[in-house]
Parts: sequence; structure tokens; C-alpha cells
Amino acid sequence: MADLRINFAGIKSPNPFWLASAPPANSGAQIHKAFEAGWGGVVWKTIGAPVLNVSNRYGAWHHGRERMLAINNVELISDRPIEINLREIAEIKRAWPDRAVIVSAMVESRPEAWREIVERIEDTGADGIELNYGCPHGMSERGMGSAIGQVPEYCERITRWVMEAATIPVIMKLTPNITNIVLPARAGVAAGANALSLINTINSIVGVDLNTLELTPSIGGKGGHGGYAGPAVKPIALNMLAALGTDEVVAKSGIPISGMGGIANWQDAAQFLLLGASSLQVCTAVMHYGYRIIEDLCDGLSNWMDEKGFKTVAEVSGHSLHRVSEFKNLDLSYRAVARIDAGKCIKCNLCYIACNDTAHQCIDLVSPEGVLVEPHAYDVRSNGKQDATETRPQPVVREADCVGCRLCYNVCPVDECIAMVEVPSGRSAVTWGELAQNQTPVTEDWDAMKDYRGKVGIDIH
Amino acid sequence: MEPALRDPAKALDEQLPPLTPHAAAVEADRCLYCYDAPCTHACPTHIDIPRFIKKIASNNLHGSAATIYASNLLGATCARVCPVQELCEGACVLGADHKPIAIGRLQRFAMDHASRSGHHPAVKAKPTGRSIALIGAGPAGLSCAGELALRGHHAKIFERRPMPGGLSTYGIIALREPVEVALEEARMIEKLGVEFKTGVEFGSDVLLGELQQQFDVVVLSVGLGSTPSLEIEGEDAIVDGLEFIEASKTAPASLRVGRNVIVIGAGNTAVDCATIARRLGAERVTMVYRRTDREMTCYEHEYDFARKEGIEFRFLAQPSRVLVNDGKPVGLECLRVELGLPDQSGRPAPRPVGGSEFVIAADQIVKAVGQQKQALAARLGLATKRGFIAVDDGFQTSVAGVYAIGDCIRSHGAASTVMAVEDGKLAAAAIDRQFISLSASASAPLEVS
Repeated sequence: MADLRINFAGIKSPNPFWLASAPPANSGAQIHKAFEAGWGGVVWKTIGAPVLNVSNRYGAWHHGRERMLAINNVELISDRPIEINLREIAEIKRAWPDRAVIVSAMVESRPEAWREIVERIEDTGADGIELNYGCPHGMSERGMGSAIGQVPEYCERITRWVMEAATIPVIMKLTPNITNIVLPARAGVAAGANALSLINTINSIVGVDLNTLELTPSIGGKGGHGGYAGPAVKPIALNMLAALGTDEVVAKSGIPISGMGGIANWQDAAQFLLLGASSLQVCTAVMHYGYRIIEDLCDGLSNWMDEKGFKTVAEVSGHSLHRVSEFKNLDLSYRAVARIDAGKCIKCNLCYIACNDTAHQCIDLVSPEGVLVEPHAYDVRSNGKQDATETRPQPVVREADCVGCRLCYNVCPVDECIAMVEVPSGRSAVTWGELAQNQTPVTEDWDAMKDYRGKVGIDIH
Repeated sequence: MEPALRDPAKALDEQLPPLTPHAAAVEADRCLYCYDAPCTHACPTHIDIPRFIKKIASNNLHGSAATIYASNLLGATCARVCPVQELCEGACVLGADHKPIAIGRLQRFAMDHASRSGHHPAVKAKPTGRSIALIGAGPAGLSCAGELALRGHHAKIFERRPMPGGLSTYGIIALREPVEVALEEARMIEKLGVEFKTGVEFGSDVLLGELQQQFDVVVLSVGLGSTPSLEIEGEDAIVDGLEFIEASKTAPASLRVGRNVIVIGAGNTAVDCATIARRLGAERVTMVYRRTDREMTCYEHEYDFARKEGIEFRFLAQPSRVLVNDGKPVGLECLRVELGLPDQSGRPAPRPVGGSEFVIAADQIVKAVGQQKQALAARLGLATKRGFIAVDDGFQTSVAGVYAIGDCIRSHGAASTVMAVEDGKLAAAAIDRQFISLSASASAPLEVS
């Protein structure tokens, strides 16, 4: 059995899964339920400045039958009186000493305001503080949330104020609504933050109602951008997580990172760990299905770790970071081609049309007699399931022309029907970086590029 | 099943309920959107099925219906009566290791929308001045007339029965297609400008020669004839299967159903007759067939359906005599049959065994043993093929300007509504091409000068 316990910047937790600072972590009663279900920790919904909320505050993006691939919200930080929150935080920590209780905070950008909130949080016995520099709506208009997170200097200055006051671990949470995520992370390192967390929600507008022509959701006829989260944002979160893990300054500092952004199952969780997270936060999936999902998050992760021989979460953390690279370091001579398993293929022709309309025109249709045919080649008088199925051509990759773009692999609806198979390119390994350094003209001049291609045998059709 | 049987007013209500918008959306989303899809190939009218389904998914129901009409004007009928297991759904790529898309029911969903919203096809072509007479308002005739009207030609249908629709109206069990659906479809064709004249007998009230003079083209879509005679003693006491179905649709109150009913035959019409008898109160319904379940001509899903209805089967039995008492049937005497070598139809030849007579008790006997070929061809002097009217690739008969479509030309393959619809569509295109080439040659001298 894998050991799921973590020690994150000194905050201990029986498993790496924490409720993110969000509606599922709004009250003592809720968190009590979550801990009963097995959650390892909680980042209490942000407390701080006084707020009022609106109705219709959650929008969502659905695709096909899949509900809530992402949620978009204009909910603000906790609208419950701060005294009640602080009292419940203390009660929860007393009732659940083995769980991680972290409190998210956001106040006006004054040193006294931050000092005061830090002290009040510490008085509850909480294990840590998370600085909310991320909310992209409402609070940012008041100079808080992402208004801070988008300016590395502000991040650094406020975090310094906090670090002067705090005696418990401080996690600085980053907003993804920024061009280069590394800069605020470095600011956090410079200010001496104990840990980082990312990502907060992404600016988004969910849509427009085609009947009323109002934004979705409509708040009394108006709407605006909210914070986007859920499964759809996971790849964005993974990229930002990896950007920190591969940044010299951030990586060298050894600062731990709490990863979040679209974690819906243990597989997502494992990927966040592999790319450098050492604690994990979850929100949208809980808002969709309830606290009960923690069971499979832990169970699935544990089983996978056993299978892979990982004994602790710390062993998993960052394990795949060395695989993250830049384009200039990729091997230009690596060659893979698509192969369609005719035994598994259901002949939907989605690979055919994707390749021929939008990729590299290297999938052919081959009749059962082995003859190349065009689509829609059947006679208009031909019909019936036998005609249709027995004469249906098979999509076949013309490997010599396949550039291995992988589009067919991605559109194929059948598991393991199309494989990307590595084949020898006949060329020595070389990267763009090496070409730029050793054969500079090739990378700057089309004629030199043509000569180079002719020499090494790269044919672009 | 039993409680439903007890309410005769609802016993023949349309079997499948319409899909709810939610169910339709779920099913439409499941469609993979195959390219050059096999369902479209399998459909005799080649409806662009993935396209109409994805339009259901995107909630463009007008567009979905228009996609269906573009290939098949009788989409509402076909959605209900097509043997989808043998056609589109049978070819669905998801059928192999999962469940095919419910194409028929999705098509009905789109057609029901068109019917409710009135989004039917409309004529955009200018009148051409060409006119076509069609004989028979069944699916082939309606399809052909509608397609011609859409091209700006004037079509007039002569129909011997009081209502249009042919077998859709009169011959398909209401469980699958209610009369109203067929009639509404005919009204839609009428709205395209097609003229209908019902209650007209071709060959007596109106003659081919007259029509040839009054119209540019004549199209025969006369279907098939009556049920053939069994040539057995007491046959007068047997009810004709097609008349039995017709009565169940047009005058259900007057339909008499026995308590112990025999249906002779094992095709789809025979299953319909047996189902009607069962649902309208017969305690026991037995289908009598001289071959076995392996040779039955009904679709496999029809056989399954019949068994679930509680219909019994008596195979390898050749009717030899109707036992009649006081003018009413009391039983069917049959001979036991042995199967021999394959006959012309490729199926084992049934050989009645002499002296093997046995009697099955019955108080009503219905025969549904197919339909006879039309005697019309011979009367009109048209060339025939295996007894059916012979046509060329463009559906023209041996007489120039006279076309034939539908069951009356179906010398091979299964006679079905959707094949009739396709005939009508292809014939309309052929006739239109003929008109265009005639106009071109007529105006050719002008172009030269």
C-alpha cells in the first residue's frame, strides 16, 4: 500500500487531496462532512474584506452530454461574517487535528490589514495561510485578488508584509491571468513565501443566450467575465505547473507547489504530481459530484502508485519534470507514423476526413478488393446493410507520406485502434537548437533549408 | 402485455412513443458523424443521416427536417415503416460491439417537428409548363409527383381509392403507421401543387390513351394486385389479409376478429394480420406456413415481435381445405410438408405428404400470402420482366413517355416503401432530364442561327 501522507511546507495531511478555497469549503458544517468523507485537508473559502453576492453566479460550459466541463463563477470571497468563519475554523481544527486546515485570505493592500488578518487566522490554530492573489472578478475591481497577482511587484510586497507577521506556513496562490506565470512565482520566492499554489480561475465569458441575447448566466439582464475552472482548464494548469517546475529560480528554491485546476479523478491527480505538485486541491469535481469523490481519488492514486512502485507521494512529485522541454530541444529526426488496426477499425472514416481535409492527405480508402476508391463511390441504386457494410472501404495510412501529425489518432473513437508507431527516419538525431548553432544558415534561409533537406532526405509534400 | 390488450381503443396505437427532446438529444450526441456514412449508403434514398442527426444535436430541427426531405419526401412514413435493422441501423458502425443509433426514431423526431411547425419543402422552381399524370397515390406516386412539382412541373395523381397514401394508408398496421401520418404526408405533397383525383379507376374511368394526349408523360405507380387464390375448398370463408388490415385502420369498429384465428402465410403482412387479431381480442392466433422459420419471408425482427405478441406458429403445414359449418369456418385442414431440394426461389421446395391430413381448429382464417402481379402490363401492351412491368434505367417502360415505378416493377429485391420512394425520386429526375434534353433539342436550331 502506497503511503499517501504528505508534509507540505510543514503542513501535514493524511492524503494529498485538499478542498480548494471555494464554495465546497464555505462553512464548518460542510468541511466536517468533507473530512468524514476522507478529505486530507481544506483551504477555507477566502475570508477578509466584506462583500455581497449576486444570484446566477455560476455559469458552466457543457459539451454534448458532458455537463460542466468547466464552471465559471462571479462568486466573491466568503460573505459570511468573519467572526463566524474564524470560530468555525477553530472548531474544525480542534475536531480534526490530523487534517490540514489552511485559511485563504484577501484584504485591502495595507500592511496593517494583512497583519491583522494573519493574526486572527493564527489564533484559530489553523495550519497555514493561503494568499488569494487570484480572484479575477469583483475583488480585482477593488484592487485585490488578481489585481495583485498580475503585478509581480505587488505580490512580492504584500507577501513580505505577510511573512513578517506570520508564524505558520504561507502559501502564495497565483493567478493564471498573466502572460508569464514564472514572474509572480519568482516574486513569491523572493518574498520568502513557504509555498506556492496554482492555478486560480481564468477570465471567461460562458456564452450568450440565443433567445434573450443576454449573457449566460444573466444577472438581472447583465453579466460579465467570471472565473473559469474545471476539467477543461487542466492542460492550462499543467503547463503553468510545469513552467514553475522547470524554471531555474523557482525550482532551485525548492519551494513546494500545491497544484489545482481541473483535477476530476486520480489520473488527473497523478499527472499534477508528476509535473511537480506535492499537494493537490480540488473544487469543480466536488461541486459536480459531492465530497464522496475523495474515495476514488485516494484509492485510484494508491493503486496506481503500487502498480508503478511509488511508495510515497513525494517520490511521485516532479517525476516527469525532466521530460518537459522546449521545441528547440526536440529531436527533429524522431519519426512516428499512424497505423490503423483494421481489426478494431469500425470504418467511421473520421480519420480519413480529418487527414484529407485538414492534415496531410495520407489516408486512403481501400475497397475490400484492395482497390483505392474515392468516398461516396457506391452506385446510387446500391443499398441495404449488406451492401453498405460488405463493400465499405477501409481507411489505410500511406506511411511514406504520413508526417505523424497524430490528428487521426486523436479523432478516432475506438480505443487503441490507431497507434502512433515509431519508425526509423534514417537520419541522425538533431534538434533545432543544434541546427541554429552549428548550421545557422539552414535556420535562417529557405535556400539553405532546401539544400539541407535534400542532403538529409526530408521530403515535404 | 395483457392489460394493454384489454383496451381495444388503444390496442393498435402507434407502438413506439415519440422520443422526448432529451432522449433525442442524447441519442443524437451519441452519433459519431461518420464520413461517407454506411447508414446513408444503406438507406435506399441515401438520406444524409449523420447530417440530419447532428442538426438534431445542434437543435437546428428545421434544418434537420430539410436534410431528410432533400432525399426523401416521405420521411415521416419511412421513419415509421422502414425495416431499419436491415437498412440504416443495420449498417451503423456502432452496432458491431455496442448499440446502433436509433436512426428511425430520430428521423421521426425531426419529421414530427416539421409536421408541428409546418416546415415542409416549398417549390422554388418556376413553372415549366410540363405536365405528368401519375396512376396511384401510393409512396412511389407521391414521391415522384412531389419531386416533379419541386422542379416546376405540373403533376396530377389519379387514385382509385377514396384516400391517398396507398399501403401507407391502407396496408400497414396502425401500430407502425397511423392513417393520419400517411394522409398528412399526402397533404404535404398536395401543397407542393400536386393535383389529386381520387375514386378514379385507371382503365375504365380514365384511359392511358387519353392521358398520353393530355400529359407529356404518364407514370404508372399502381403497386401490386390482390392476394392470390389458394385454390382450396372452402376458400370463400377465408378473409383477405390486406382487407383485414385495411378494416383495422379505416373502420376498426366494424372489424370482426375471431377468438381462435389462423393466419396463412409468414411474411410481414401475415405478421401484421396476426398482430391485429391478437391485439383486438383473439385468444389464440396461429400462423400457418408450409416451410419453417428459416425460410419465412418476414424480417427477423418481425418474427421476434410476433413471438413476443404471443402468436403461435405451425410450420411445415400446407392448407388443403377450410372446414365450414353454417357458412362459417371451424377449422383448417392441412397436409404435413416435407422440404425437398431448393426450388426457383432458392428455398427448399415444400412437398405435401399424401394422407397426412390434420385439422387446426379456427373460427376465423386470414390469408396473407403475398400479392399478385398486375395484369395491367399485358392489358396496356407493356413489356414485362418476370411478370412485372419492365423498365429501363430511367424507369421508362417499353412505351415511350410511359414510366413505371414502385412495387409494380420490383422484379427483384424486396418490395418496400422506401424503395418505392427512391423509384419516385429517380424517375422524377429521369423525366426532368428528358424534358431538359427535349427543350435543348427544340431550341437547338435557334442557337445555331
